[in-house]
Amino acid sequence: MSDIPAQFSEPPRRNSVSKFKWISIIGIPLAAILFQVYVPRFFTYLAYLEMPLLVTVYFSLMRRSPPAGVLIGMCIGLTQDSLSNHPLGMFGIVKTLVGYFAVSVSQRFEANSALLRLVLAFFFFFFHQFFYWVLARALLGEAISFEPIQTLVLGVLNAAVAVPLFHILDKLKVTE
Amino acid sequence: MDLILNRYRNLTALVAAILVQLVLLAYQVKSNQEVRLIRVWSVSAVTPLARLLENGRSSTVNFFKDYFVLLDVREQNKRLQADLNRTQLENQYLRSELDTSERGRALSVFQEQSRMKTVAARIIGNSPGSNGRVVLIDRGTASGIQPGMAVITPDGIVGKIVSSYPTASNLLLITDPSFAAGVISQKNRVHGTLKGTGNSSLMVDYVQNEQNVEVGEWFYTAGDDRIFPKGLPAGIVTAAGPGRTVKEIFLSPSGLQHGLEDVLVILEGDHRPIPELPVPNQPVHLQPLPPAEGDPADGQSATRGSSGAQTDLDREVERTRRIGEDQKHVFGERGRGAPDFNKVPDNRVPDPGARPQASQPPLP
Repeated sequence: MSDIPAQFSEPPRRNSVSKFKWISIIGIPLAAILFQVYVPRFFTYLAYLEMPLLVTVYFSLMRRSPPAGVLIGMCIGLTQDSLSNHPLGMFGIVKTLVGYFAVSVSQRFEANSALLRLVLAFFFFFFHQFFYWVLARALLGEAISFEPIQTLVLGVLNAAVAVPLFHILDKLKVTE
Repeated sequence: MDLILNRYRNLTALVAAILVQLVLLAYQVKSNQEVRLIRVWSVSAVTPLARLLENGRSSTVNFFKDYFVLLDVREQNKRLQADLNRTQLENQYLRSELDTSERGRALSVFQEQSRMKTVAARIIGNSPGSNGRVVLIDRGTASGIQPGMAVITPDGIVGKIVSSYPTASNLLLITDPSFAAGVISQKNRVHGTLKGTGNSSLMVDYVQNEQNVEVGEWFYTAGDDRIFPKGLPAGIVTAAGPGRTVKEIFLSPSGLQHGLEDVLVILEGDHRPIPELPVPNQPVHLQPLPPAEGDPADGQSATRGSSGAQTDLDREVERTRRIGEDQKHVFGERGRGAPDFNKVPDNRVPDPGARPQASQPPLP
C-alpha cells in the first residue's frame, strides 16, 4: 500500500492554489447573501440571481481543496438557510455538494478561461436547482414544481453574470 | 483504517458534512417549535446591515426630494397619507358598525369592543430563494411580535408572522402556497379556506359546487383560524366556477393592491361583523335636487305668473284672491256671501299647457 505513486497522493497544480484575505473570504459571501436579501426588493427580476451559489463556485474553484470547498459551501448554504423560512440544511447540503464537485473539477481543469467558467456556472446552477428540488420533495415532502426550461434559461443568465463576477473577484486574489 | 481514511479524506469530509446537516435537518423537521440560535445570530447580523442600507438609501432619496424638489408637499403628503390610512381603518370599523339596525346599539358595541392594538413595521428584505413568498420586516420580539400574529394594511390582510427575532421577523405573505386562512363571503356567507397560489392571485378552497359565489363579491376573514380577527377584507372574487370536486374561486388580494412598504402587525385582534352590503365607498353619481317650482331657473314657472307661489295651495290662494278682487269682494266681511268661483278673472293665470299669446305673430 505504501507504493502509491507520488503524483496520485497530492492534488495536481497544488502550486496554483489562489489565496485570499480573510476579510474577502468572509465579506464576499456575506455581501452575496445580503445582495440576494436586499436587492430583489427593488429589482424583483434579480431574485433569480443566485449570488451565493456563484460565490461558492468561485471560491471552490480557486481553493482547489475539497475540505475547503465543502466548508465554504456548507457555511454559505447554512447562512442562507438561516435567513430563509426553510429548515436549516436545505441550501447547506446542496451548496456543500456544489463546493465539493467544483473543487473536483478544478483539480482536473484550469478554471481560468471564461468559457469554462461560463459552462461551470451554468451546470452548477442547474445542479443546485435540481438537487434542491429533489431534497425538498424527498426530505420535506413539499409539492413544489420544477420547470426545466425556466431553470435552463435562468442558468444561462446566471452563467452570463458569473463570468464578469469571477473576473472581478480575481482582482481580490493575494499575489505572493 | 487510517490509510483508507487518509486516501478518501476528501470524500470523508463531504460525507461527514452532509451527514451533520442531514441530522440537523431531521432534528428541525421533528421539532420546529422554537427558533434556533443560529437563525437569531444570522438575522441579527444581517438585519442591521440591511437596515443601515435602507436608512442610507431612504435618507439620501429623502434629502434630494425634500430639499430640492418638493419640501413642503412631500412632508404634507406623508402626513396626509398617514391620516388617510388611519381614517380608512376607522372608516371600515365605523362602516361595519353603522350597518347594524340600531345606531345606539352600534355605538355601545363600538365602545365595548376594544380597538385592535397594532404595531407598524417596514419591509426591509426578501427571503432568499425564489420559491417562497416570505419577507423580512424590521420589528421583532423587542416590539412584542410573536410567530402566528396577523399582518394587515388598511386595505386588507397581508400575511402572518412565521418567525420572530429580537430585531426582525419573517412575514409569510398570503400569496405563498403554504398560506391558509378561514374566510367567509360577504353576500352569501359561504365559508372557505383562503390559500396562496404562488403568484399574484389567491384561491378559496373547500367550497361546494352547490354554493353560490359571484364575481365581484368580497371575502372577509372568518376569524375561525384564530390568527386573523373576523371581518378583515381578504379580496374580491375575480373568477368563480364549478370544479371537479369543489368550486374553483380566485381572488384578487386587497391588502397587496397598493404595494407592500409598511404593514401593521396585530398584537391584539378585534373581531368585527361582516358588512351586509357591498363596500359602500364605490363612486355613485347623484343628480342635483330638482329646482323648486317658481324658481326663476325653471322656464315654465315664469308663465304661471304667481310670484312666491311654492305649492299648489299657494296657487289656489292666489287664484281665490284674484277672483275676489275681480268681483270686488272683500273676504271676511259679514253679509257679503261668497264670490262666484266659477267666473274666471280677466287676468287669469294662463294654462301652462297653452301657447302664450305674446309669442304669436300679429294677424294681418
